Amino acid sequence: MRILEAQEVTKAFGGVVAVNKVNFNVEQGLVNGLIGPNGAGKTTLFNQITGMDVPTSGKIIFDGNDITGLPAWKISRLGIARTFQNIRLYNDLTVVENVMMGLHFKVGSDPFHHRLAQAFRSYFNAGKENRELYTRALEWLEFFNLTHVKDEFARNLPYGNQRELEIARALASEPKILFLDEPAAGMNPAETEHLMKIINRIKEHGVTVVLIEHDMKLVMNICDNITVLSFGQKIAEGTPEEIKSNPLVIEAYLGREDD
Amino acid sequence: MLNFFLLIIIYAGIYALMAIGQNCITGNTGMLSLCHAGFFCIGSYTTAIMCKTFGLPFWFSLPVAAIISGFVGFLIGVPTLRLKGDYLCIATLGLGEIIRNIATNVNPVGMMSVPRAELFGYQFSSRNKFTFILLIWFFVAVAYILFRQLAHSRIGRAMIAVREDEVAAQSNGINVTKYKIGAFILGAGVGGTAGCFATAYTLTVQPSSFTFMVSVMVLCMVVLGGMGNLAGVILGAFIIEFISYFPQLVGLSSVIPAQASQIIYGLVLVVMMICRPQGILGRDKYRYGDPRTFTQKLSARLPGRKKEGV
Repeated sequence: MRILEAQEVTKAFGGVVAVNKVNFNVEQGLVNGLIGPNGAGKTTLFNQITGMDVPTSGKIIFDGNDITGLPAWKISRLGIARTFQNIRLYNDLTVVENVMMGLHFKVGSDPFHHRLAQAFRSYFNAGKENRELYTRALEWLEFFNLTHVKDEFARNLPYGNQRELEIARALASEPKILFLDEPAAGMNPAETEHLMKIINRIKEHGVTVVLIEHDMKLVMNICDNITVLSFGQKIAEGTPEEIKSNPLVIEAYLGREDD
Repeated sequence: MLNFFLLIIIYAGIYALMAIGQNCITGNTGMLSLCHAGFFCIGSYTTAIMCKTFGLPFWFSLPVAAIISGFVGFLIGVPTLRLKGDYLCIATLGLGEIIRNIATNVNPVGMMSVPRAELFGYQFSSRNKFTFILLIWFFVAVAYILFRQLAHSRIGRAMIAVREDEVAAQSNGINVTKYKIGAFILGAGVGGTAGCFATAYTLTVQPSSFTFMVSVMVLCMVVLGGMGNLAGVILGAFIIEFISYFPQLVGLSSVIPAQASQIIYGLVLVVMMICRPQGILGRDKYRYGDPRTFTQKLSARLPGRKKEGV
């Protein structure tokens, strides 16, 4: 079942068309890969879907609703969480506080209505609410084996742990889809191995994953289906085996032989 | 000598209120704003006009001033939202000057002999400084408690998230715009009440006293004490007020010109930036998940109990 559909999404920055009429489907419960050479428009497509940017044209349908052009905070409340290519943690907050931020809008029953009333409730019951959020945040840290650094400032963590913490923060909001933008960038093989296990566990939890990645070993191992972008256009779509043998993909990555 | 000391404590209280407001805008939400003198001006004039022209009691003017300056904070917050850092600083500086210029043009001489604040027939005035100290520091304590609660709640954490990384904050479902405007409204509201107390103490209002230097002083207090640390900004208010009254305090006001204090502020800021950029008290360390109650925490801190604790 398709949980998210990007239809003919185009994004132009002046004369540069970063994403050109791309159709991108996300299948529920699977790990969906999005690959392509540098500058192919992968992150731009992510930004259109997660509301960081508004597409020039095209439509984004999530769970049957049109979410094109909604602000990022609304989209995230609908159940789309993401991480960033360049890690964006709250450096001056501790590890556990970072995860508590992921739980920000999980307080109260309704993520949209009566938020002001909820804010007052949060203000007067801060102590009780903090303890509750703290306990929930600790569960996520346990999931990622980060409990021992919970009171450390986020900026003091090693690189690999920072990546994990960012995923933990995104997962804490219990999203329906988790967008990971190059999670293995800068990781050593052991850390990548660990990341692979984490992504598989996220999948087991029933969260749909969309993954941008350059590490082909990782992509081919864990993705159920892969979409390939090149120069802003979709050039291929299919299972890892199909993608591996697709001549267009090989050409995009390695160039044509007779050039 | 003692009188000057009490004067410093009173002014430190008035400025501590301002600094608490500025801390909400700059320290917690990370917006470098320089228009607190404008909010101060609005609060002062509100009290002066309500008490003198309309003969209303001081206590009635207090919430009205907070609401009016909070509303002006909202008006300033909305158009400047998209600006960041230096640009926001310049824009707010201009808006602060606009408020002062309006005051200067409408009422160039200011207002004199505003009626005193009264409580059950007792008049607070500059003649009895002790009671005025009690009055002002009572309100500083109230503001401290209210804003401390805010900083330690989910709402305050979201403000810090906006300061740390706006993009990440949005991806966590935080409506950045709302929080920024909210911080401006709250900060401006407290700044306005500080103006009320200044009027209640001096009983005069003059547009020339709301210059850009006031905003700079308040910002200095926040930076000096520690951004986002409420106890720190109150300490900062004390230090800055002490510096500005130091020549009178030691009886050297004829030797040291009044402008010398401005040089000292600058010097203090430069030294602070080099030696301790996080401010004297640094970041407020609050353990959100600490399951102990207040009394348990207190008893753990008392000497002699430490050995039992483990």
